[in-house]
Amino acid sequence: MSAPDHTSTTDLTTQPSTLASELFAPGVGAQAGPPTTPAADTGSAGEAVPGAHSHGGPTPTGSPAERFTSTDPDAFGVPTGREETWRFTPMKRMRALLDGAPSDAHLAWTTDLPEGVELTSVEADDPLLKGLPEPVDRLAALTRARSGGAAVVRVPQEAQLDRPVTLALAGNDDDAVVWGQLVIEVGAFATATIVLDHTGLAKYSGGVSVLVGDSAQVKLVSVQDWAPGTVHGGQYDAVVGRDATFQQVVVTLGGDLVRLVSNVQYAGPGGSAELFGVYFADETQHQEHRLWVDHAVPNCTSNVLYKGALQGEEARTVWIGDVRIRPAATGTETYELNRNLVLTDGARADSVPNLEIETGEIVGAGHASATGRFDDEQLFYLCSRGIDAETARRLVVRGFFADVVQHIGIDSLQDRLMGTIEARLGALPGLEEQEVPA
Amino acid sequence: MSVLEIRDLHVSVGEGDDAKEILRGVDLTVRSGETHAIMGPNGSGKSTLAYSIAGHPKYTITGGTVTLDGEDVLAMAVDERARAGLFLAMQYPVEVPGVSVSNFLRTAATALKGEAPKLRTWVKDVKTEMAGLEMDPAFAERNVNEGFSGGEKKRHEILQMRLLKPKMAILDETDSGLDVDALRIVSEGVNRTREEGDVGVLLITHYTRILRYIKPDFVHVFVAGRVVDEGGPELAAKLEDEGYAAYIKDSNEQASAEKAAEVVQA
Ligand SMILES: Nc1ncnc2c1ncn2[C@@H]1O[C@H](COP(=O)(O)OP(=O)(O)O)[C@@H](O)[C@H]1O
Ligand SMILES: [Mg+2]
Repeated sequence: MSAPDHTSTTDLTTQPSTLASELFAPGVGAQAGPPTTPAADTGSAGEAVPGAHSHGGPTPTGSPAERFTSTDPDAFGVPTGREETWRFTPMKRMRALLDGAPSDAHLAWTTDLPEGVELTSVEADDPLLKGLPEPVDRLAALTRARSGGAAVVRVPQEAQLDRPVTLALAGNDDDAVVWGQLVIEVGAFATATIVLDHTGLAKYSGGVSVLVGDSAQVKLVSVQDWAPGTVHGGQYDAVVGRDATFQQVVVTLGGDLVRLVSNVQYAGPGGSAELFGVYFADETQHQEHRLWVDHAVPNCTSNVLYKGALQGEEARTVWIGDVRIRPAATGTETYELNRNLVLTDGARADSVPNLEIETGEIVGAGHASATGRFDDEQLFYLCSRGIDAETARRLVVRGFFADVVQHIGIDSLQDRLMGTIEARLGALPGLEEQEVPA
Repeated sequence: MSVLEIRDLHVSVGEGDDAKEILRGVDLTVRSGETHAIMGPNGSGKSTLAYSIAGHPKYTITGGTVTLDGEDVLAMAVDERARAGLFLAMQYPVEVPGVSVSNFLRTAATALKGEAPKLRTWVKDVKTEMAGLEMDPAFAERNVNEGFSGGEKKRHEILQMRLLKPKMAILDETDSGLDVDALRIVSEGVNRTREEGDVGVLLITHYTRILRYIKPDFVHVFVAGRVVDEGGPELAAKLEDEGYAAYIKDSNEQASAEKAAEVVQA
């Protein structure tokens, strides 16, 4: 009836625990990593045992070193594409940003700021910037150095916003690279949703740092709905306060090349982070999402769910999910899942989950990764109710995306994004979502 | 009046050297207004029979026929079989992330009727049927089978049967994994369908328990890929007392006899 392939899941490969000193010795295994995953039916999953080190690939190849960070671009050297952090990236296209000159170019901002929210800027020498998590690669360091300060969104403590903070950032088709740094500071006990809505044509490298106050609840939505031709690189950092909740929803649809690095660290115990992402790569698009969750304090949780679909020749996606549970991070609970749906031949999805566990006293840790064609069982189920195969496929893909998009929690934005996705899939025949009221 | 006729059905799973014959000549006729119970031990091929009728791609039909009112079911695509009036309540219903129950039900109803059902009456029908199966209305907004308990999945299957109104309903171990309350609720749903219309029911089960709630007109004992005994409700009572052991023994003896015959021929 449908595509013959299906998603399969294989067992997690584990190896005995490694001493912390070995795991984090500088320079150890910096270039190592599991082999790339072709866009065929592949997968891995597992509940990792405490004290284990596990990769998504068939052969564990050593442990990454402590991650190098610096505000000095030259401390990283100029990447060649052979480095672990750049090896999946099409460097030719990335040069548009890496070789970009300093500039005054900027995106056009349209903002919607609820009562109480402040938008200001700080100079490059402001102490606020010194305290931010440092850049993890040369591009991020260049961005920090060249953005000439930062735009700052402040949500006061205990604020309960009546609507999301929206920053609509539009590219102006400038030749010059736009360098930007944004800091979002949310005070203790506040609840806020911040939407970054990227559209237009740009060469944009942007840093985003979210400082989540103690017991605050923050959701950051970043939409990459760029015009074709756009190159977007960015480092997102969240510093999650004590007992705070941070959610991030990343939606990457447009642009030529989008490469986003999302890092999470916890400033105190009891923090929770959920990272949701969805991406849809068409012909020749490259979409790369690299995650890094660093558990270094006790009793924090993290949950990662990224789903991507690919269609067309040379559609390419990369998902890297690094989670580290350091010796002090007892009581950690973490799970990460990446699913890729390959809709046509000629597309390629790489998926590399990586879990480093250095304490046995955790609640749970696991990951799963699967890349494949349509799930035959889902299609059979729908078709067995009379739904034709084409409609069933659309329902499944639509559902595949909606599963993540619904975490945004803003109906108008969700509808717009699902509309964009559906237009790219071909619209479903005349079926409005039907609610059954209670 | 509809008739589902299964004649000498042979089905295998796996490909090439791994191919394994599961159904070894099944004969069965179900007419509308009849309830047939198929009873057999685990692994006897009951789900294989159900899935083969529904058209699951995993199963290869190697011989025999299945017709519904004379139409060749085996020549139809999966969705065509459903539109012809067949319904399978699955033993293991499938999760479909991101697709809400209400959207799924309405899409299915639209596909079966050829046009979208009238909103007002449809919403009312769904509400009524959910209430009848003691399902929380919030269910409609959940993703299909995602995070459902075993009992919730089975109720959801019966909800679909109620709303989609098939001519022939195959219920594959709808009773397994249900507590007594859920079993009663689900059985009442099936009995309502039987009372209201001319549906034919093929009730597949491992245990006799559900037959206390749903009275079969015919009972077929299914062992090692074929029907080995047939009778009325009294056969279920016998199975309850004696189990499948005697049938399995017979079947094993027959299988070794057949093997021996094959060896002799070769
Ligand atoms: N994909 C498959 N590959 C190999 N054997 C299978 C496959 N699916 C089912 N079987 C085998 O077919 C037999 C019948 O299975 P099934 O129809 O599920 O039985 P039942 O529903 O009566 O428990 C079992 O022995 C089972 O192991
Ligand atoms: Mg079965």
